[in-house]
Amino acid sequence: MLTDEPGQDAYKASNPGISAASPRRTGGDLVQLISPEGERISHPEFDLWVSDVTDEQLCSLYEDMLVIRRIDAEATALQRQGELALWPPLLGQEASQIGAGRALRDDDFVFPSYRDNGVAYCRGVEPTDLVRAWRGNALSGWDPYRYNIATQQIIIGSQSLHATGYAMGIQNDGADSVAVALFGDGATSEGDVSEAMVFAASFQVPVVFICQNNHWAISEPVRIQSHIQIADRASGFGIPAIRVDGNDVLAVLAVTRIALDRARKGGGPTFIEAVTYRMGPHTTADDPTRYRDANELEDWAAKDPIARLKALLLTKGLLTEEVEAQAQAKADEVARKLRAGVINMPDPAPLDLFKHVYSTPNSWIERQRDHYSRYLESFNGSTQEGAL
Amino acid sequence: MSKLTFARAINAGLRKSLENDPKVVLMGEDIGALGGVFRVTDGLQKDFGKHRVVDTPLAESAIIGTAVGLAYRGYRPVCEIQFDGFIYPAFDQIVSQVAKMHYRTQGRVNMPITIRVPFGGGIGSPEHHSESPEAYFTHTSGLRVISVSNPQDAYTMIQQAIASDDPVLYFEPKRRYHDKGEVDEAADLSTALSMEKARVVAAGSDVTLVTYGPLVKTASDAAMAAADEGVSVEVIDLRSLAPIDFPVVEASVRKTGRLVITHEAGQSGGLGAEIAASVTERCFNYLESAPVRITGFDIPYPYSKLEMHHLPDLDRILDGVDRALGRANSLSGLEG
Ligand SMILES: Cc1ncc(C[n+]2csc(CCOP(=O)(O)OP(=O)(O)O)c2C)c(N)n1
Ligand SMILES: [Mg+2]
Repeated sequence: MLTDEPGQDAYKASNPGISAASPRRTGGDLVQLISPEGERISHPEFDLWVSDVTDEQLCSLYEDMLVIRRIDAEATALQRQGELALWPPLLGQEASQIGAGRALRDDDFVFPSYRDNGVAYCRGVEPTDLVRAWRGNALSGWDPYRYNIATQQIIIGSQSLHATGYAMGIQNDGADSVAVALFGDGATSEGDVSEAMVFAASFQVPVVFICQNNHWAISEPVRIQSHIQIADRASGFGIPAIRVDGNDVLAVLAVTRIALDRARKGGGPTFIEAVTYRMGPHTTADDPTRYRDANELEDWAAKDPIARLKALLLTKGLLTEEVEAQAQAKADEVARKLRAGVINMPDPAPLDLFKHVYSTPNSWIERQRDHYSRYLESFNGSTQEGAL
Repeated sequence: MSKLTFARAINAGLRKSLENDPKVVLMGEDIGALGGVFRVTDGLQKDFGKHRVVDTPLAESAIIGTAVGLAYRGYRPVCEIQFDGFIYPAFDQIVSQVAKMHYRTQGRVNMPITIRVPFGGGIGSPEHHSESPEAYFTHTSGLRVISVSNPQDAYTMIQQAIASDDPVLYFEPKRRYHDKGEVDEAADLSTALSMEKARVVAAGSDVTLVTYGPLVKTASDAAMAAADEGVSVEVIDLRSLAPIDFPVVEASVRKTGRLVITHEAGQSGGLGAEIAASVTERCFNYLESAPVRITGFDIPYPYSKLEMHHLPDLDRILDGVDRALGRANSLSGLEG
C-alpha cells in the first residue's frame, strides 16, 4: 500500500525541499522525521509526503525492518556454519533500504549493489534467492524482470550507469516510471558514478541515485572519498540533492517519494544521500577491529533504526503485544524458510558451467562442453576407447 | 633463511623496496590500516607513513592514472588492484598510457610502475574475484607481465619489478597466499634469477609441462603422480609471461618432443595459444605430437560451487599428459 502514490497533500506542496530551477539541497540539514529517541519531529514540507501513512502502515514498516534484520542475521549465521561462502551484512541500514524500497512503484526499476538485500526483499525477491549467489550456486539469484530489480552489482558504482541508461529508455518511451540506482559512499569516487550523473543531468532522465553513506568502504572512512558531504557532489553536476537521516525510515520514505515524484513529472534526476552506518563487518570475511573504533559503533547503536521506530510506536500506543508478536513470528517464519531453502538447495550439475554464455549455440563452447563431458565419463569405469 | 607465507614474502619484498628507494610509493584500496584484504601490505603504512603507503579513494582508473603522473615526476608507484576483476576500470590507463608512454616519448619518459594483481580462482569467491586476465596484458606491447609461484620468487621478483624502469604487471596467485616456503631475505637481487627467466622446477624426459602462477604447484604434483606411472614430466614455471623465455621451453621440448600447457585462464586467445604456436614454429621437427592445452573453459568465471570443474586440476593435467603421449585419454578416438 505504501507503494501507491503519496496522499493529495503531497501534490499541494509546490517545492518540497528541492528545486529544479536552481539545483541545491536543503542546506546542511539532515531531513529527519523521527528523532533517535523515537520522537516524531514535524516538518512543514516533508510531513506532506508521509501524511497518508496510516498507523497500520507504520507498523508494517517496523515489521519489514525486523524481518530484514532477521534475514541478515540468519544469512550471517548460515555463513558461519559453512552454508554460505560469504555474506555482506546490512545491519544498521534497514531504514534506508526499507524506506526507499517501500516508496517504489511496481513498474519502477532498481539497480542495486550487493548490500541492498533489504530493497530486494521489498521488491518481492524470495529470501532463499537473496542468498543463492552467496552460496555459490549461481552468479545471481533472481529474474530481474520478474521483480523489476536487477541482480546485485559487485563492480562498485557500475550500476549507476545502468540505471541512467534504463531511465533514458523510460524517457524515450514516454513512460512515467523511474529507474533507481543504489550504491555506497565509496562508490561515489568511481568514474562510473560521475559519468552517470553527467548523463542523467544532460538528458534530464527519470533516475534517482540513492547513496547509502554508511561511513565506510571496507576499511576506508568516508573522509578518504570526500572532504565535502557526499550530497554536495551532485550539485556540481546540476543534480538536486537531499541529505536524509538514513536511520529514519519515515524520512527516507518521504524523500524517496519526493525524488520519484519529481522524476515522474519530467523533473529529471535527484541524488539522495542516506546517512547511515554499517554496524557489521564489510562482509563475513572482514575484521573491522583492525581499522575502526568501538566507540563509533556505540554512538551509532544509539541511533538504531529499528529501536527508534519501536520507541515511536510505543509512544503512540501502536505497538501492542499482538503487533510485536506478529512481527516476530513473521521474522521467525522467514528465517526458517531461508534456512530450509539454503540447506535443501541442490548443487548445480557440472555441465551447467556451459549454459547461458551465449543466447545462441556457439561452436567453441559446444566443443569444450563435449570434451568435458567425455572427460567426466572417463571416470565412470567403462574402458575409454569402448565408451567412445 | 626464514619460513614465510607467500603473502608475508611479498610484504617483506615491498618493505625492502620502500627502505631502499625513497621514491617508492604504495597505492591502493584498503592497503593502509587494514593491510590489504589479503594482509599483503600489513604494517607498512604504520612504518612508512600515509604518504608512502596510500589508501586511495575507491577508483581504479585514478589509482593507475595518478601513478602515471607520479612516475612522470620521478616516483616508482606500486599499485595494488584489490582483485583481478577490478582492474578493468583502470584498463584504459594501463593500455593507453602506462604501456605506451615510453614509446610515445621516444624513451624520454619512463613508467616504472608496478601493478600488483591478486589473480586466479579456487577460493570460493563471488563473481569478479577469481579471474585470470593476464592475456589482455601480455597482448599489450610496452608492458612486462610476470607471475610468481612460490614465496622466494614472490620476495625477489616484487623487488625486481619495482626496480624495473618498465611497467610491470605482477600477478599473485591468491589461492597460494597462505602457502609457506623458505625465503632468503638476504638474497642479492643482482645475482638472483632475472624476472625474465623461466625455471625448470622438475626435470623430466617424456613430456614438457609449461605453466605459471597458481598451477605450478598443481603441475608439480601432477608430475609426481605421473612418475608413479613411469612417466617423466618436466615442469617449467614461466615466471615471465611477457616476454616469455622461449629458449628454456624450446630446450625442454627438443628433449621431450611433447608439450602440455596449463593455465586457469580460458583457452581461446590465451597464453597457451601463444606458447603452442611459438614452440611449433621454433621446434616443429622435434615435436612428436600436437601441443596440448589444459585450461579454464571459454566461459565467464563460474559460481564457486562449480569452480573446481572449471580449473585445471591434477587429473585433467594428467589426462592432457596422456594425450600428448598418445596413451588412452578422455578424447581417445576423437579426431582433432
Ligand atoms: C571496481 C571495484 N573495485 C573494488 C571493489 C572491492 N570492494 C568491494 S566493496 C568495496 C567498498 C565499497 O564501499 P561503498 O561503496 O561505501 O559500499 P558499502 O560496501 O559500504 O556498502 C570495495 C572497495 C569492487 N567490488 N569493485
Ligand atoms: Mg560504504
